[in-house]
Amino acid sequence: MHELSICRQIISQVKQIVQQQKASAVESITLNIGPLSGVEAALLKQAFPFAAAHTIAENSELIIEELPVVIQCNQCGMKTSTLPNRLVCSHCGNYHTQLISGDEMLLASVELIKKNPSLEANYV
Amino acid sequence: MCDTCGCNITPGNKHLIKEGGKLSLASNGKTSVSVLKNLMSENDHVATHNRQHFDKHNVLAINLMSSPGSGKTALLETTIQQLKTQFRIAVIEGDLETENDAERIRNQGVPAIQITTGSACHLDAHMVHNALHKLSLADLDIVFIENVGNLVCPASFDLGQHLNITLLSVTEGDDKPAKYPVIFRVADLMLLSKTDLLDVLDDFDTAKAEHNLRQLASSAAVLECSARRGDGIANWIDWLKQQVAAQIVRLEKGQSLKPAIQANDARLHGNEPHIHDHSQA
Repeated sequence: MHELSICRQIISQVKQIVQQQKASAVESITLNIGPLSGVEAALLKQAFPFAAAHTIAENSELIIEELPVVIQCNQCGMKTSTLPNRLVCSHCGNYHTQLISGDEMLLASVELIKKNPSLEANYV
Repeated sequence: MCDTCGCNITPGNKHLIKEGGKLSLASNGKTSVSVLKNLMSENDHVATHNRQHFDKHNVLAINLMSSPGSGKTALLETTIQQLKTQFRIAVIEGDLETENDAERIRNQGVPAIQITTGSACHLDAHMVHNALHKLSLADLDIVFIENVGNLVCPASFDLGQHLNITLLSVTEGDDKPAKYPVIFRVADLMLLSKTDLLDVLDDFDTAKAEHNLRQLASSAAVLECSARRGDGIANWIDWLKQQVAAQIVRLEKGQSLKPAIQANDARLHGNEPHIHDHSQA
């Protein structure tokens, strides 16, 4: 149940981006979560409104992209999508595999509403 | 790993930020900012700082993780009895409440710092950092961090340790690595504890437990021990001594070590945010 502290971390990172980008509101926040990250997407969704209350992200939507577990075998080179507890190569059985995707816990993107988009455009 | 060259963009997520990908597009009047920053970056920053503290003082830091009651404290008591004349040891204890475990460790004649986490189910790098300020690292060789008994959350938080040990007591069942892959995948050593009970438990197969660990593409060492009866303790002590020696060799070469998490894991990425603003493109 560390999802609430993760949500607080999300809010704190989003706040920094809002300041850097001089945005007035946050439309949506997109995360990339892999099953091997140790956080549950459903629990993050539940915890998010509590962490977001009274912050700039209060009315923003939390979008969670759940990424697949993908491994690549160091021996035969086969790339396979697999289960979190089956990380050996399903092709040749070797357990020297590389995790290509599946343990991400990333703030992927935020969709912001700028304070004055037309004025910003003129500066470009 | 850095954000500068985009190496934190994995094959799993790169489609999102490619031209035409959903994160590269912005709806009218809105700005989509691609970040790809690790949600753990604040914790990981402090963890790196902790690791530097340990390295600076030639200390080996070991994180012990397991379910509650699998014998972490008993293992530490036995270990301290065997090693306290050769190494200067301290223990950081994580529990929700009470000083009980720290007192057990202090009874063995070594310093112990108790962190009571309240309702938090794991230790994080900040808590360990605060505890480090109460220890005199210059006077130590090994710091054991006994994490909160929990087979889920502790795996997600780097504390600055060099090695992870995941204990699995034989009363818990040999399928635990398959059920809790996240915590067993990051172990440098899986230690099967309470093996004296194997005499009466015919349903725990140590070979199966190891097979389930190997299914996680883990090449971690597997040891068996009973802190109560002393079986296998000599092997465990040998393993520890090897790790202390390896730490000294690493430090002489100016190297450090992170636990058994692949170096190119996206989970470990994320330094300063790298912001692409696609709205005006």
